[in-house]
Amino acid sequence: MASIFMDNLGKVYTGGVRAVTGVNLDIADGEMIVLVGPSGCGKSTLLRMVAGLETISEGSLKIGDRVVNNLEPADRDIAMVFQNYALYPHMTVYNNLAYGLKNRGFAKSEIQRRVNEAAQMLEIGQFLDRKPRQLSGGQRQRVAMGRALVREPAAFLFDEPLSNLDAKLRVQMRVEIRQLQKRLGTTSLYVTHDQLEALTMADRLVVLNGGQIEQVGTPMELYSRPATTFVAGFIGSPAMNMLSSEYLRGLVSAEALSHVPTQADLIGIRPEDLSLAAPKDGEISLTGTLMLLEPAGAESHLHLRFDGHDDMIVARLPHVPDVAEGAKLTFSLPRGKLHPFDRASGKRMA
Amino acid sequence: MVENNRWGNFFAHLVLILGVAIVIFPVYVAIIASTHPPGTFIRGVMPLLPGPNALENYKTVITEGRSRAGTPPIGGMLWNSFVMAMAITLGKLSISLLSAFAIVYFRFPFRIFFFWVIFLTLMLPVEVRIVPTFQVVADLGMLNSFAGLSIPLIASATATFLFRQFFMTVPEELMEAARVDGAGPMKFFKDILMPLSITNIAALFVIMFIYGWNQYLWPLLITTDPEYYTIVMGIQRMVTGGDSEPLWHLVMATVVLAALPPILVILFMQRLFVKGLTETEK
Repeated sequence: MASIFMDNLGKVYTGGVRAVTGVNLDIADGEMIVLVGPSGCGKSTLLRMVAGLETISEGSLKIGDRVVNNLEPADRDIAMVFQNYALYPHMTVYNNLAYGLKNRGFAKSEIQRRVNEAAQMLEIGQFLDRKPRQLSGGQRQRVAMGRALVREPAAFLFDEPLSNLDAKLRVQMRVEIRQLQKRLGTTSLYVTHDQLEALTMADRLVVLNGGQIEQVGTPMELYSRPATTFVAGFIGSPAMNMLSSEYLRGLVSAEALSHVPTQADLIGIRPEDLSLAAPKDGEISLTGTLMLLEPAGAESHLHLRFDGHDDMIVARLPHVPDVAEGAKLTFSLPRGKLHPFDRASGKRMA
Repeated sequence: MVENNRWGNFFAHLVLILGVAIVIFPVYVAIIASTHPPGTFIRGVMPLLPGPNALENYKTVITEGRSRAGTPPIGGMLWNSFVMAMAITLGKLSISLLSAFAIVYFRFPFRIFFFWVIFLTLMLPVEVRIVPTFQVVADLGMLNSFAGLSIPLIASATATFLFRQFFMTVPEELMEAARVDGAGPMKFFKDILMPLSITNIAALFVIMFIYGWNQYLWPLLITTDPEYYTIVMGIQRMVTGGDSEPLWHLVMATVVLAALPPILVILFMQRLFVKGLTETEK
């Protein structure tokens, strides 16, 4: 168990392509950090730099109190779970788990103890004699987890481990990985492009864009106070609506927007902050034409067109309203739920 | 998918049967010829039914050879062929596995250049480089030795290329997982890459063994001592050696015996061989 310190980490590939720039991040012992971002944002590269599978071109990386920049992956005391599991196809599950321990010269009895313990924890005890191809996707995922577990490493690194599973299994494994991580208290770095996975699993969330950190914080911090328009658009589903403040000022009274900084020219509104209830005192009221109603069981997404606004506005309601497409609907929005941004820099204004 | 109809089936079978017949017929003739007494062939007509001398002919080639023409009993020649074929096969496999491993998994200067150099040697089969190769082997004093028979034939661009293609299909994550698991390059090669390539190795083993076994020109050039005659060139000596008419019944008996080991290798390795050509375990 250990903390991880990233000091100004950067990665430049031969040929000059820059993948990661100036990443500063301190991960506390036992913390679960989720790296999230769109594809190509450098999150996997960053993880692989920590693993030692990519060389570090700039900055320094400490695991525990050792600088590990130039250490082989095996010497960094980390274990990694790969997206496609990377199980050794010709070895039984038992040998897959035991391989890393054998290479490190553990005694046979110790290997057996650890493998059995991990197998029990992950409920793969009955598969120990099977080959990976005889297992289902979820079982393979568990074996891959087991291979990381038996090592009892200082840190777990997860590289989109759930993206090859079906939706139901993904939710189940998500919960299990999180429970396991909490129980073991092992520092973990988890890469995903799925924002729901990121929000639910992370102690702290790191949003990456273009190889740089956009924002670091707890999931709720990032959700309720996104620091940039990028984070605002990335965290939350459906994505935050963006309206120019000029347009908004034309719709509602100046008094309702009094707390919005005047230089903020872009206002974000979360779809779930809009409600069909009649506006109460001090709430903003917005009217739009319903273009499309998407019922999704417990909730519904309403795609609306506001007069004079090009993009559709999405509202998310916790029920499916009984309205017809084409109807004019009036929504209310608490004043405090406006997210003011500066359009040019993308930064939050207040 | 072609629709299943009666005429289609008929023609498909006809073509296949014709093909098989064309391949089988010479083999059949050889087997029949090996069962006849010496006099049969002087008339110049090839019999198509078995003769009475099968046992006697095979006994002669196995125990006596054709001593007058300078060909020893075939036991020794079979052994020589086997040793040469095995040396070539194992040598080719180990060298090409290692060079493919180097080319696919290591980043070293001029990697691509070396790959193309290896690839270029595909265009230089033994026959093309035979004079310089003979000179080198002769200068090294390797005439009339197993080393001389096998070493010049060991380098194999084909096998290197095939293994390279296979290694490139092995997911990179396996190598990374092995690195995280503390396996160095050679350990990865031994523990993971080799077991994964086992079917490819088997397929190449069969192909290379037959290639080595069927070597004709090279052994003919560098062996003058009957001690080192291989069976394939022995057949040639049998036909041309001596002043008399070729003893076709004995030649054919030798031919049949010479064809047996490759057939056995194929039979034994068939399952792995077919698997290696058609599927990979991943």
